[in-house]
Amino acid sequence: MSRARPAPPGDGPALRAEGLTKRFGTKQALAGVDLDAPAGTVLGLLGPNGAGKTTTVRVLTTLLRPDTGRAWVAGHDVRTAPEAVRARLGLSGQYAAVDEKLTGRENLYLVARLYGTGRGPARRRAAELLDRFRLSEAADRPSGTYSGGMRRRLDLAGALVARPAVVVLDEPTTGLDPRGRADTWECVRELVATGTTVLLTTQYLEEADQLADSVAVIDHGRVIAQGTAAALKSRVGGERLTLTLPDPASRPGALDLLAPLTPHRPHLDPRTGVLTLPTDHGPATLEQALAALRHAGVPLGEVSLAPPTLDDVFLALTGQETSTAPAPGPVPTKEPAWQP
Amino acid sequence: MAAVTRLARDATLIAWRNLLNLRRTPGSVVAALVQPVMFVLLLSYVFGGSLGGDAYRTYLMGGIFAQAVTFNAAFTALGLANDLDRGIVDRFRSLPMPPMAVILGRTLSDLTMSALTVAVTSLCGLFIGWRIAGTLPEAVLAYLLILLFAFAMSWVGATIGLTARSVEVAQSAGLIWLFPVTFLSSAFVPTATLPAALQPVADWNPVSATATALRTLFANPAPPTAPLRDTWPVTHALPYAFLSTLAITAVFMGVAVRRFRAMGRG
Repeated sequence: MSRARPAPPGDGPALRAEGLTKRFGTKQALAGVDLDAPAGTVLGLLGPNGAGKTTTVRVLTTLLRPDTGRAWVAGHDVRTAPEAVRARLGLSGQYAAVDEKLTGRENLYLVARLYGTGRGPARRRAAELLDRFRLSEAADRPSGTYSGGMRRRLDLAGALVARPAVVVLDEPTTGLDPRGRADTWECVRELVATGTTVLLTTQYLEEADQLADSVAVIDHGRVIAQGTAAALKSRVGGERLTLTLPDPASRPGALDLLAPLTPHRPHLDPRTGVLTLPTDHGPATLEQALAALRHAGVPLGEVSLAPPTLDDVFLALTGQETSTAPAPGPVPTKEPAWQP
Repeated sequence: MAAVTRLARDATLIAWRNLLNLRRTPGSVVAALVQPVMFVLLLSYVFGGSLGGDAYRTYLMGGIFAQAVTFNAAFTALGLANDLDRGIVDRFRSLPMPPMAVILGRTLSDLTMSALTVAVTSLCGLFIGWRIAGTLPEAVLAYLLILLFAFAMSWVGATIGLTARSVEVAQSAGLIWLFPVTFLSSAFVPTATLPAALQPVADWNPVSATATALRTLFANPAPPTAPLRDTWPVTHALPYAFLSTLAITAVFMGVAVRRFRAMGRG
C-alpha cells in the first residue's frame, strides 16, 4: 500500500470547499460554505455550537454528501473520489471515537491495518505513535481506563497513522482541562512542522489564534469572516477590559467617561452592570479607566483584562451574541484567560 | 479480485475487533449462552411432559437450534446500533475501506458467537437425552445448515440495527420480531396443531424448514403426537431450508448495504 505523503507547499490548495449547502428537514445546516487552505497550513474554523462546523467536517471527510457545492481534499473531489480522499485524510475529534474496550495499541494497529498497512509495519507504526504521544506505558491497557487527555492523544495518534496529507481535527480540545489543551496544541504544532495541512474546528478564539494561519468564522452555515487571526483580532479589538459597576445611577456617566479611551465601541449590559471595553493597549487603558473612575467617584466591583472571546468576535461581526445561534447545548460564555 | 481480498481482509479485522470487545464484556457472552440452555430446559421439562416426554425432547432439539441462532440476530442489531451511537461506524466510514466490511465484519463475529451458542446447545441437548442418530455427513450438513441460517438471520439483525434511530429502538425492535417468527413455526410444536389459517404461514416459515431439515439430518423422528403435514415446504424441508436461507441472506445483505450507503445522504 502506498503511503500518502504531504503535498509540498505551493502545490495548490490541500483543502477547498465551494458553495457547500446542506439541509436537514427544515434546518439549513450549511448555507454556502467556501473554504481554502494551502498545503502545509492550518485553517481554523471558528464558530459556536450549531453553526455548521461539524456538518462542514462531515462533508469534507466524505461522511455526508452536500446538497450542492463541491469540495476537494488533497486534490480529490469528495463526491466523485471519496476513496481517494479517505486514503489521504486523517480524522480526529468529537466523533472520531476510540474503541474503549481495545487497548491503545490495538486501536492504532486496527486503524493502521484498515488504512491498508501490512501486519509488521502496522505494529511498528502503532508502537512509534504510542511513544510519540507518551502513551507507551498505558499502551496495553483498555483505552476506556485512560484520562480524557490521554484518550484525546490516542485519537489524535489514530488520525496520523497513515501519515495523511490532510488532517481534520474537530474540536480537539473541547472538554479538556488546561493541561490537556496545552498538550494537544503542542501536538498540532509538531504536526504542522512536518508539512501536514490541518483543518481545525474550535469554539475558542484563543485556540484559533494560537494554531491557525488563517481563520474562517462560521455562523448559521455561512462563513461570515475570513483572514488571519491577527486581522480578525484587530477588527474586534485586542483585549477586553471588563468592569462591573454596582451602582445603576453611575453607569451612564461611566460609559461617557470611558468611551473616548479606545477607538472601539464599549458595551454596557444594563441588567448586570458589566461594562466591556475593547482595547488595543490593555494595561494603559486599564490605568486610565481606573484613574478616571476614581476621580469621578464611581463605585467599582470586579475588574478584569482578558483576550477577546468568541462571543466578542460575534458581537463585533454580527452585532449579536452567539447565544442567538440555534445551539443544541450550552454555549460557553466566558473563556478562561490564557495570558499569564 | 483485489476488491474481494480487501473486503475479506477488512471484514476479518472488524470481526477481530468485535470479538475482542465481546471477550472483554464476558457478561453479554454469558447471557447469550444461557438463553438457549434456558429454552432447552424450560420447553423440554415444562411442556415436554404433556407433549410426548422423551420423544418430544429429542424432537425439540431441531427447533431449539433454529430458534437459538435466530435469537442471535438481536446481537447483531444491538452491536451495530451501539457502534453507530458511539461514533465507531463513522470512524470506520472515514477510513479507506469497502463500506460493506463494517457490516460483514459484524455478521462474521456474530457467526462465531452463533457457533459457540450451537456448541452449548448441543451439549445441553445431549444432557436431556438428545442424540445424533444419523450419519456423519448428515450431521456435518446439519451443522452447516445451522450456521448458514444463523448468518442469514444476522443480516436481518444488521438491517434492523442500521435502520433503528437509537440503541433503545434497536434493542426492542431487534428482539420483538423473534417471538412470532420462532413461535409461529414447527420449532416447538407441530404445525398440524395450529389453527388452519396459520398452518400455511408456519409451514412456509424458514424457521420451520430449518427445524424440520435438522430433525431429518440428525435422524430425530417426529413423535406420534407431532404428525408432519403433507405440504411442499414440509416434504421438501431440506432444499427449501437451504434455498430460503440463501434468499434471506441475499435480500437482507442488499438492504443492509443500501442502508449503510444511504447514511452519507443524511
